[in-house]
Amino acid sequence: MQTTATPLLRLTGVVKRYPTVTALDGVQLAVAEGEIHAVLGENGAGKSTLMKTIYGVVQPDAGAIEWRGAPVSIPDPVAARGLGIAMVFQHFALFESLTVAENIALGLPGRLDLAELGARIVEVSGRYGLPVNPWRAVHELSVGERQRAEIVRCLLQSPRLLIMDEPTSVLTPQAVGQLFDTLRALAREGTAILYVSHKLDEIRRLCDRATVLRGGRNAGEVDPRAESEADLAELMIGRSFPKTQKRAQARGAPGLEVAGLSLPPNGPFGVALHSVVLRVHSGEILGIAGISGNGQAEFLSAVSGERRVSPNEIYLGETPVGHLDAGARRSLGLAYVPEERLGRGAAPDMSLAENALLTASRKGMVRAGLIDWPAAEAYAARCIREFDVRAGGPRAAARSLSGGNLQKFIVGREITQQPRVMLLAQPTWGVDVAATALIRQRILDLAAAGVAVLVVSEDLGEILEVCDRVAVMAGGRLSPVREVGETHAAEIGAWMAGGFPQ
Amino acid sequence: MIRLVRRAAPSRAMLWGSPLMAVGLTFALGAAIFAAMGLPPFSAFHALFVSPLSDLNGIAELLLKASPLCLIALGLAVGFRSNVWNIGAEGQMYIGAVFATGLAIHFQTRWGGWMLPAMVCAGIAGGLAWAAIVAALRAHLHASEILVSLMLTYVAALIVKYLVFGPWQDPAANNFPFTVSFEDNALFGSLVEGTRLNTSVLLTVAAIPLTWVFMKLSFTGFQLRVAGDAPAAARYAGHSEKRAIWIALLASGGAAGLAGVTEVAGPIGQLNDRWTPGYGFTAIIVAALGRLHPAGIAIAALLMALLYIGGETAQVALQLPRAISYVFQGLLLMALLACEVLVRFRLQWTASTRSSQAA
Repeated sequence: MQTTATPLLRLTGVVKRYPTVTALDGVQLAVAEGEIHAVLGENGAGKSTLMKTIYGVVQPDAGAIEWRGAPVSIPDPVAARGLGIAMVFQHFALFESLTVAENIALGLPGRLDLAELGARIVEVSGRYGLPVNPWRAVHELSVGERQRAEIVRCLLQSPRLLIMDEPTSVLTPQAVGQLFDTLRALAREGTAILYVSHKLDEIRRLCDRATVLRGGRNAGEVDPRAESEADLAELMIGRSFPKTQKRAQARGAPGLEVAGLSLPPNGPFGVALHSVVLRVHSGEILGIAGISGNGQAEFLSAVSGERRVSPNEIYLGETPVGHLDAGARRSLGLAYVPEERLGRGAAPDMSLAENALLTASRKGMVRAGLIDWPAAEAYAARCIREFDVRAGGPRAAARSLSGGNLQKFIVGREITQQPRVMLLAQPTWGVDVAATALIRQRILDLAAAGVAVLVVSEDLGEILEVCDRVAVMAGGRLSPVREVGETHAAEIGAWMAGGFPQ
Repeated sequence: MIRLVRRAAPSRAMLWGSPLMAVGLTFALGAAIFAAMGLPPFSAFHALFVSPLSDLNGIAELLLKASPLCLIALGLAVGFRSNVWNIGAEGQMYIGAVFATGLAIHFQTRWGGWMLPAMVCAGIAGGLAWAAIVAALRAHLHASEILVSLMLTYVAALIVKYLVFGPWQDPAANNFPFTVSFEDNALFGSLVEGTRLNTSVLLTVAAIPLTWVFMKLSFTGFQLRVAGDAPAAARYAGHSEKRAIWIALLASGGAAGLAGVTEVAGPIGQLNDRWTPGYGFTAIIVAALGRLHPAGIAIAALLMALLYIGGETAQVALQLPRAISYVFQGLLLMALLACEVLVRFRLQWTASTRSSQAA
C-alpha cells in the first residue's frame, strides 16, 4: 500500500451488485500520482465494473472513494472528468457518422473551433506517436485507428488519472514501445495511469504496481516486476493454466487460394488491394500480421464473400468462388469469425440460439423453410458446453455476454460447423487469458484435424504462437510468406511499416 | 430532478408496458383537451369509447373497421421488423382495390362464384405490383423506400380519381365520382345477419397466426429480423439484403392490396374517390402500437377502429368535430414515441445535489 503520501485515488470496500451477480465484493484500490498501476484479472473478475465505478458510469452500492484524501462521490462521467479522470474504453464510445475531430469536440466542454481542434489533435497525436487523421469519419476507421482516436481524445483533456482498458492489443511492437514511452512521460509529469490488461509481459515491462482481481475480490497487490508471468497468471485465475500445445501436421492440398486479388477500397478512406496472392493448405495455420486499416477489411470482405469479386480470384479447394456470396461459400465449407463480435458476428439483442441459427442454419436447423428451434437451442447449448461459455443458456441475449464469452461462443459456433476452411479475424482481441488460451488451442486443434486456417491478427504474439507460416499486410499489399521458425518479431515489425520486398 | 439512465438490456416489461402507458397518457391528454373545450371528460369518453360498443351493430362496425387496419399493419410489421419502412400502404391498398374493381365491373355476373376469389387474387397482385416499384428502386438503385412509397400513394390516389371520374364512372351517376355497384357475386357475404360485418374478417383472423408463424418459425422471417436488428450480421451470415427488401415490401404491399379488396367488395360495394379513412396510414400507428407483434397488432387495430367509430358517435352526440379521431390518433402516436424511450432507458429521480464536484 502507498504509505508515504496520500494517494491520488483510494477506493475502499467497494461493492456493486447486479441482479444475478456481485461484480465487486469489497474491492480496495489505491493509485498514487505518477504511478502506472496495473489492474489484472480474468473477464468477469470485475475490472471493467471497477473502472466504470471510478469513471462515474456505475454507482457502487457500498464503499468509499477518496480523491486526494477527501471523500467524493462520482455520479457521472462529467463529474469524473471534472476531477481530472479520463478513460479509454475497451468498447469505443464514438459516433460512427462523425469525424474524429467532431467526436472529440463532443467530449470537450464549450464551443470549439474545429480547425483549431484538428491542429491540436495532429499535434498531440504526433507528440505521443498515435497517428490519427482528424478529418476521417469514424465508420471508416479500423479498430486500431478508433482506439488511437480515443486515446488522443483523453490526452487532450490533460487528465490527472488516465484509465486505459486493454490499450495495446492493436499496436505493432514498435508502436507499443512508443506508447509505453508516452505513458512513462505522462507518469513523470505526475499523471497517474490505471492500466487494465491481460498481457502479463507488458504489465511487467510498464507497471509499478499491480492490483489483481479475482471473482470481484482483491486477489493480491504485487510489484509485477518482481513476479514471474506464471505467478501473475496463477494469482489471476487461481490455478495454473495450460499452455497451448502445437502439434506437427503434414500440409495437405490447398484449402483456400487467393489468386491475384485486386480490389478498390471499401469506402473513401479504405485501402485498395494490389494483386494479393496466397495459398492456405489444409492442416496449416497461416497468419496475416499487420496493423488494421492496411487492407485487412477489404481482404476479409472479399475472402468471406461479403464483397464479391471475379470468380478466379478466390478458390475454395478447386472451386472458383470469387463471384459467390457469403452464404454460398459457407455451403462450400467456409467458416468465418469476424473482428466485430457484437453487431456482426452476433446480433446483439437476439438469443444465442438465434445467433447459432445465424450461420449454422445449414446444420439441420431448417426444414421445409421452417426453423427447428429445439435443434438451434441444442446447437447453442453444445457450443456453450464445449467452449466453456459463461452464459445464462441458449436463450440468453448475445449482448448479455462478456466479450470473451461471446467470442468463445462465436468461435465455437463456427468450429462446430466442421468447416474445411476457417477464416479468423482478431480471434482473441480484448479476450482474457483463459479464454485466449482456449481459443488458440481450438484453432490449433482445428488445423490438426486437417482444416485450412487463415488468421488475420494485429497481435503479433498471437500470430507467432499459433501460426505455421506468416505474412504481413501493409498498404494493401501482402508481403512474402515466411515459415514462423525462420523469421522474428523485428523483421515482421519492419514489414508492418511496409518495408518488405515486393 | 428526473434523469434518463440507459438500461443494461432493453426492458422486457417495458416492451409491452410502454404502449399501455402511451394509451394511458393519450387518455389523460384527451381528458385535458375535453376539459379545455368545456366538455365533461367523462361523458365525452363515454360517447367516444363506450356507447359505440353498446349494441351488436356497434361491435360489428368495430370489427369491420379493425379488419383492414389489422391486415395492413400485419404486412407492415414484417417490413418494419427488417428495417424497411413502407409508408405507402395507403397507395398499395388503392391499387389493390382498383385491380379488384376492374374485374368486378368488367365481367359483372359472368364469372359467377369465381369472381370473388379472382378479385382477392387481383387485389393482392395490385398491391404487390405497386410495392414492387418501391422494392425495385430501393434494392437496385438505393432509392429511399420511405419517400418512394409515400409519393406513389399520391400517384395511386390520382389513378383512382381518373378512373372514377373517367372511364369507370357509372353512367347513371349524374357525374358523381363512383363506379357501378358490384354484383352480389363480387361482394363478401354477410357474417352476422343484420350488420355489415362480412366474411372478409375471416381472412384477417387467419392472417394473424400466419404472420406469427412466418416471423417466428420460418427461416425467411428470421432472416428479415436479423436484417432489421443487425444488418452487418445479416451480411456476414450471407443473407441477401435485396431479397429481404423485396420480401418486406411485397408482404406489406400484398396485405394492403388485400385490404383494398375487402373494402370495395365489402362495406363500400363499389369504387369511389373517398372510400378510405386513411387505413394505410393509420396502420403504421397500429403496427407500432402493437409492437410489431401479431397479437399486439390485433389489439391495437381494435383500439384504432374504436377511435374511428367513436369519432363518428361523438360527432352526433356531442357535436364534436370529426377531427377528434385524428387528434386522438396523433396524441397516441406522440405518446407512443415518448414512452418508447423507456424500453432502453429508465427514469431516475435524483436529489439535485451535485456536491461531488466541490470536493
